[in-house]
Amino acid sequence: MASGIRDKVAIIGMGCCKFGERWDADADRLMVESYGEALADAGIETDQIDAAWLAVGFDAVNIGPSGIPAAMALRLNDIAVTKVENYCASGTEAFRGAVYDVASGACDIALAIGVEKLKDTGYGGLPVRTRGTMFDMVGIVGSAPGNFAQLASAYQARHGISRDDLKRAMAHVSVKSHANGAKNPKAHLRKPIGMEAVLNAPIIADPLGVFDCCGVSDGSACAIVTTPEIARRLGKKDLVSVKAISLSVSNGWELQGNGWDGSYFHTTRIAAARAYKEAGITNPRSQISLLEVHDCFSITELVTMEDLGVSEVGRASYDVLDGMFDADGKIPCQIDGGLKCFGHPIGASGLRMIYENYLQLLGRAGPRQVGKQPTLALSHNLGGMPNQNVSAVAIVGLLGP
Amino acid sequence: MTPKTPVGITAFGAYVPAGRLQRNAIFAANGWFNPALKGLAKGERAIANWDEDPITMAVEAARDCLTDMNREALKGIHFASTTMPFLDRQNSVIVKEALNLNDMTPAVDTSGSQRAGTSALIQSHATASVSEGAVLCVAADKRKALPASESEMLNGDAAAAFVVGCDRIVAKLVCCQSLSVEFVDHFRREGRDTDYGWESRWVRDEGYLKIIPTAVKAALEESGCRSGDIDKFIFPITTRGVAAAVAELCGLRAGSLCNPLGEELGEAGTAHPLLLLAHALETAQPGEKLLVIGFGSGCDVMLFDVQPAIAELPKRRGVSGWIGRRRVETNYMKFLVHAGMLPVDRGMRAEFDQKQALTALYRNRKSVLGLVAGRSKETGSVQFPRSDIAVDTRAAAAQEDYPLADRTARILTFTADNLTYTLDPPAYYGMVEFDGGGRMSAEFCDASMDDMRVGRPMRMMFRVKSADEQRGFIKYFWKAAPAG
Repeated sequence: MASGIRDKVAIIGMGCCKFGERWDADADRLMVESYGEALADAGIETDQIDAAWLAVGFDAVNIGPSGIPAAMALRLNDIAVTKVENYCASGTEAFRGAVYDVASGACDIALAIGVEKLKDTGYGGLPVRTRGTMFDMVGIVGSAPGNFAQLASAYQARHGISRDDLKRAMAHVSVKSHANGAKNPKAHLRKPIGMEAVLNAPIIADPLGVFDCCGVSDGSACAIVTTPEIARRLGKKDLVSVKAISLSVSNGWELQGNGWDGSYFHTTRIAAARAYKEAGITNPRSQISLLEVHDCFSITELVTMEDLGVSEVGRASYDVLDGMFDADGKIPCQIDGGLKCFGHPIGASGLRMIYENYLQLLGRAGPRQVGKQPTLALSHNLGGMPNQNVSAVAIVGLLGP
Repeated sequence: MTPKTPVGITAFGAYVPAGRLQRNAIFAANGWFNPALKGLAKGERAIANWDEDPITMAVEAARDCLTDMNREALKGIHFASTTMPFLDRQNSVIVKEALNLNDMTPAVDTSGSQRAGTSALIQSHATASVSEGAVLCVAADKRKALPASESEMLNGDAAAAFVVGCDRIVAKLVCCQSLSVEFVDHFRREGRDTDYGWESRWVRDEGYLKIIPTAVKAALEESGCRSGDIDKFIFPITTRGVAAAVAELCGLRAGSLCNPLGEELGEAGTAHPLLLLAHALETAQPGEKLLVIGFGSGCDVMLFDVQPAIAELPKRRGVSGWIGRRRVETNYMKFLVHAGMLPVDRGMRAEFDQKQALTALYRNRKSVLGLVAGRSKETGSVQFPRSDIAVDTRAAAAQEDYPLADRTARILTFTADNLTYTLDPPAYYGMVEFDGGGRMSAEFCDASMDDMRVGRPMRMMFRVKSADEQRGFIKYFWKAAPAG
């Protein structure tokens, strides 16, 4: 029986660059910005880092293959740099690698860094790419909004909710995130929006309108992790430790089996259950203080509330409209603005979520700091599409003395 | 030629794409340039969707024809068209794969002139006679025509199919006659998209009115039939007055002329005589004699005698059914773009490299072209595509072939996507689940927002998935169309 990762690894530094249409910066510079912040936060030097894990989603318009681009941009000390790619959950995957690296005892201090330079494609949205020779023969080269919009159709059918009612709940998700993002200087989109604007926005993929979709941005975020013992030796007092990291990858059941109805994420339910067990959480709705979820689309966030067990199945739209996930709600969600306002530079997003949870736990989030001291903060990082995906859940919290 | 042993049509079918371009829309766009088109601006013409071509239409016509029929019995496939998508990749073999026919099925492409449809049908009879087996004969055309041309008005896209054999004949071939002569009413050389035609008065006077009666006379003489015995005259030229003039010269009864379907769908090239024959067979009575003409670089004449077995043929959609499945199109520009006659700015998303790994296509041809899933021998559960390890039992190599194409599918999830590249936005797609098990993500074709509801029954159709413009390849796969 695995003992799990709980409290074996602490975060001693994190960084996040300004997300957005960074016409001024290559991926290298985005990494340098987030890394510089993390290094200063940790109070260490580059040569103290023993291993690095690099998350990048797309090769074509980015930094190319291997760990070399990170090693070069950051002038790492000829250490092991492992590049990971696991669809849009790559950021959490890099974090997992660094945390497990430390927990194994193979190294003392490890870096997880994610970066994506999306705005070199020449067009909006995510780059169109191959998913392998077989998929390209029988799969659909749809857009990300089109893939996730299907959740709404199945959710309506399963729960008997009208398109209009669901649209209203989805709109609230986006309005809430924009209100939060407006307070965050590192967010890409910083304008509050109203319900009517969301509901009347042009349709991208039915029923998702423009404001139901997250932005497309360049960005980088990173974490430096070590053991709690080393962290204390380095003089760190308030420690944020890793309570759980869990990853579930579709084995094809959703699309090839006969039991899934298309209205939820099978993998998220599994990843959440494993993470809660690892973290010792028995009632997520009452125990989790803060959520950073993969709100690539408003419907994704709404459905994820159920998959994470913070809303009952079929009740997320009511919880959303009741303000449960607003900044002043019971469990604030996307307090930093989320993917909605940060955009989604693939490799960076998972680490950007953990960055916000880390700041909030340490009370360092400035004007957007949540009212009540959070204890456990969850990030949920999703890749792929509803019928075939990678779902990652990471839970961090304050480590007692 | 008179068959020595009885041979004839044992089943028939057709396909007409749903799109019907209104001819007055063509005239509205082009009348400024060619006012004479006004005289042709009546009715509508069938237009293939952007993802339909002669291969996909042939598959649909063949499926219609093979309604409730054992495909294992087929001993050959003949495919006729003058607009074959490939000059060197056998088109009939793609049709064969889509129909899941046995690999030991001979396949032949026939082309060369508008007469290719009837020539393939004659050849199918010869093959069936020799093999004493059943042969599938299918013809399809999607002819390009220059904007503002008469052909653009007159053409229609469609396909027709027959099974020819010796058992349970519904229309026995009495005799056939071919006349070959270098009469060039129009031509299109390799590398060209559209025809170049000669003066219609000459084509009528020296071609239709002389060549066809000569061949008909020879056929009637060989058959021993009298011209007055012909009940239905199937004549594929829709030009006004020509059919009646030819019939009169041949001594046929005035009432024998069949509706040329010019106003309903237009002239469907090599498929047209076959389409009209299939249409005639829908209502034909035993004992009726049908005379079929194919014209091009000469003339084919076929004489059929309708048999009592026609009453026992299972019901199919047929020409009338497909004509009834209809979507009015008044957007001439959209037609031009879909027909490949007008380049549009497709945007950067269309630049996605569509290169096909031919190795992978060959390995997976049953899944991709035949839509064959795997069914667990243990649990009976169906999965697509099949895999070495089953998704439910995790048993290795425990699946058998399970074709999905003819099973009703139902929408499980859907969207209408305005972002992804398609020539016909928005792109409708989602997951479908098959009655009896199995599911897949599918593009929806011939669909509208009104069709988007969970549970809506869908019918799988063989379509163009994408084209590799850089290398000139076309990828085919199955899409879900609203059933009914």
